[in-house]
Amino acid sequence: MVSNTSGLVVHEPNLAKIAAACGYCPQVRGYEASATLICKLSLAYSAFMVDVFRALDDQTRRLVLDELSVRDGQTLFEICSTLTMRHGLSLTRQAISQHLGVLESAGLVVTERRGRSKFHYFSPEPLAEITARWPTRKRTEH
Amino acid sequence: MKIALTSVFVDDQRAALAFYTEVLGFMKRRDVPVGDNFWLTVVSPESLDGPELLLEPSDHPAVKPYRDALVEDGIPLAQFAVDDIEAEHARLTGNGVVFTQPPTDIGAAVVAVFDDTCGNLIQLIEEKLDATHDDAR
Repeated sequence: MVSNTSGLVVHEPNLAKIAAACGYCPQVRGYEASATLICKLSLAYSAFMVDVFRALDDQTRRLVLDELSVRDGQTLFEICSTLTMRHGLSLTRQAISQHLGVLESAGLVVTERRGRSKFHYFSPEPLAEITARWPTRKRTEH
Repeated sequence: MKIALTSVFVDDQRAALAFYTEVLGFMKRRDVPVGDNFWLTVVSPESLDGPELLLEPSDHPAVKPYRDALVEDGIPLAQFAVDDIEAEHARLTGNGVVFTQPPTDIGAAVVAVFDDTCGNLIQLIEEKLDATHDDAR
């Protein structure tokens, strides 16, 4: 665990992911140099979080996550057919593929090859970063 | 005009004939030597005079990239109609057939997709009776 200047606590395994997401911050890529890291981390953390928020800011991408949470591990074909038949969306396969790419770059979807096909899985870990940043807690009575 | 024959590419014609007859339950219709290969077709026992499915050799160099790309995205190359998709899913799974998509309700029908072990994905469809009103017939 590493604390940054703004008091955020970030789990070690996510540091590499955060560093990778922060393309404009070369110091963070070599995050072993923790003195530099600490002062740059909030910037890197923001870059990573923006990705998650941008990924969620789209009705189609939220529907994809809805469908994957009903049945995890779907091919592109299955995702396309359920979006079309169940939700009446008339998107091209290429468009849905691009939406999956955004979800994957935000870490919300991971893919796995089984046999010769590629399957998409919902990965909720990045959502935990949101509640880590703004913990859900009961409103204090006054 | 009517559709009398369609085809799927198969890696090995004899293995494909075994799968399409013994596992899926189709019947061999034609088996004629053509060069090193065969004009090999199967039909459904439910319509012996219906469309034939040609089990076509996959040796043309364009076939592999074409099929690899479709299989990666889970796209089936043919669709077979069944009366009871859950029963077929159970029967085929019991015979070692791998499904990339289990029976899924898509509104007007229930569909599933399996690997035919010959290089293709095949879709099964059970149409719902009350959903056929807009067919052209």
